[in-house]
Amino acid sequence: MRYKSAKALSKSLIYLVLTLGAVTTILPFLWMILTSLKGGTEVILMPPRLFPSVWHFDNYSRAMEAAPLATYFVNTVVVTVTSTSLMLIVTTLAAFGFSRLKFPGRDVVFGILLATLMIPGEMLIITNFVTISRLGWMDTRAALIVPFMASVFYIYLLRQFFRKVPDTLYYAAKVDACSDWRYLWKVMVPINKQAMSTIAILNAIACWNAFLWPLMVTNSETKRVLSIGLVQFQTEAGTDYELLMAAASMLVLPIILMYLVMHKQIIKGVTQSGIKG
Amino acid sequence: MMRKRGLELGRWKGLLYVLPALVVVAVFTVYPLLRAFLMSFYTKYKFSTDTVLSYGINNYTYIFGDSVFQKALSNTFIYVLFVVPISIAISLVLAVMLNEKIRLRSFFQTVYFLPYVTSVVAMGIVFGWLFHSNYGLLNYFLGLFGIQPVQWLNRPSTALPALIIFSIWKSLAFNIIIFLAGLQTIGAHYYQAARVDSAGRWRQFSRITVPLLSPIIAYAFIIGLISSFKVYAEVYALFGGRAGPADSCITIVYYLYRQFYVNWNFGIASAAAVVLFLIILAFTVIQLRVAKRRVHY
Repeated sequence: MRYKSAKALSKSLIYLVLTLGAVTTILPFLWMILTSLKGGTEVILMPPRLFPSVWHFDNYSRAMEAAPLATYFVNTVVVTVTSTSLMLIVTTLAAFGFSRLKFPGRDVVFGILLATLMIPGEMLIITNFVTISRLGWMDTRAALIVPFMASVFYIYLLRQFFRKVPDTLYYAAKVDACSDWRYLWKVMVPINKQAMSTIAILNAIACWNAFLWPLMVTNSETKRVLSIGLVQFQTEAGTDYELLMAAASMLVLPIILMYLVMHKQIIKGVTQSGIKG
Repeated sequence: MMRKRGLELGRWKGLLYVLPALVVVAVFTVYPLLRAFLMSFYTKYKFSTDTVLSYGINNYTYIFGDSVFQKALSNTFIYVLFVVPISIAISLVLAVMLNEKIRLRSFFQTVYFLPYVTSVVAMGIVFGWLFHSNYGLLNYFLGLFGIQPVQWLNRPSTALPALIIFSIWKSLAFNIIIFLAGLQTIGAHYYQAARVDSAGRWRQFSRITVPLLSPIIAYAFIIGLISSFKVYAEVYALFGGRAGPADSCITIVYYLYRQFYVNWNFGIASAAAVVLFLIILAFTVIQLRVAKRRVHY
């Protein structure tokens, strides 16, 4: 009896701590969205009110009038989709080359590639900036996309998946005179589509949220992405917190929506790559 | 004869598949790495024509004599020293609780992981609003406990703690998820045996959970250290593009950004980048050692 009540007590303590943690995690998101829907005077009300008395959905259109956020949004979508698609193609080809095919020096080259994982991207920014400007790519989409077309980490990860596909399948395909190219797209890719889509999602999230590099290489409105537009808006919006939160929501909400739909796959992908990597 | 040539070429076919990736990595990772080392010795450099007029070690003597760089180094180390252990401790407790037989586990898990996928910049701006001295939610809550409003982002003494709080909030997600995955690999029989010996919860935690999870804790430590040493976007977003009041939150990468993008001192910025690289390299080597030990036992 005593044991049972002690157990119930520790159970309720667990729920209490977990709920407190969950509230702390979710509150900034909630406050961002709620602030983005309040009127200007209500935002600076003390004590604060949780829900807006009038729901100001027009804050979003006002924010988009104050800064070309709609253009930035479209730019971000275009860059994310293009970058992820190209990354996926380049990564798939390389993972196949490094797992299934043989060529002289393959393992040495792969070893060198893996070694590049130790390099912090922040270190490459200055010299890549020079390269991009030499190429005449300053303030172009190419500057945002091309340097990230090959992800060594994802090549490594996908190669692990490709290696799990039994060799017998490959030899059977060879007997049927199936070329390597066909085998890759007709056999390997369909078998590993789960892993590939996880890689695509994780890459798309990283691309959507990218900040330092886009800050350096874009400066015109037509090329700028939303994360950069947001920090600029921060200095322009000044004290209009409802507009600033509306702009922040435009960057965050699409990712939250995607996360709500695919959270299982995303969490599994991060755990697998996190623990193996 | 011809068949033999075909075979010769065939040997290289695999290379074609990896070539696009190799070109990108060579141009945008390997070359810029080597060039960054070289550039850190450029003492006179013309960006417009990409010509180097003189070399030397002046950039290094400059940064190590620069009080702002020293401040950036010490800030970054203080930041890492607080963020990484605190985040790991909190994550560990939450992950252990999540691993109990509880309802809504997958709901909690989904909530806890959310900060991992959302933009640092956007959430930094949101935290800037939460930290607002007059209208911020945090000061309101503190006020409920009778605490006077704190000038979080306006005072050098509280700016770095505010940055640390934001980063801990942000970094819990990843740690919780990998700890939880690790906990699920610990066999239930360990705990059953412990219960037979009537070991309490704390004993179970300290004698079973932590030792068996130690490789993953070590891994989380290293990953946390490496990413925390690169802290930058958090600072930029929290303080509206500045490095905090009176540069009180300047970090190594922020220093690099300023020297490069604001002052156009390519050589000095590269020297700072090399210092960052060496710090991270040191921790990566430690990680590899830890990973090796993990395989052996």
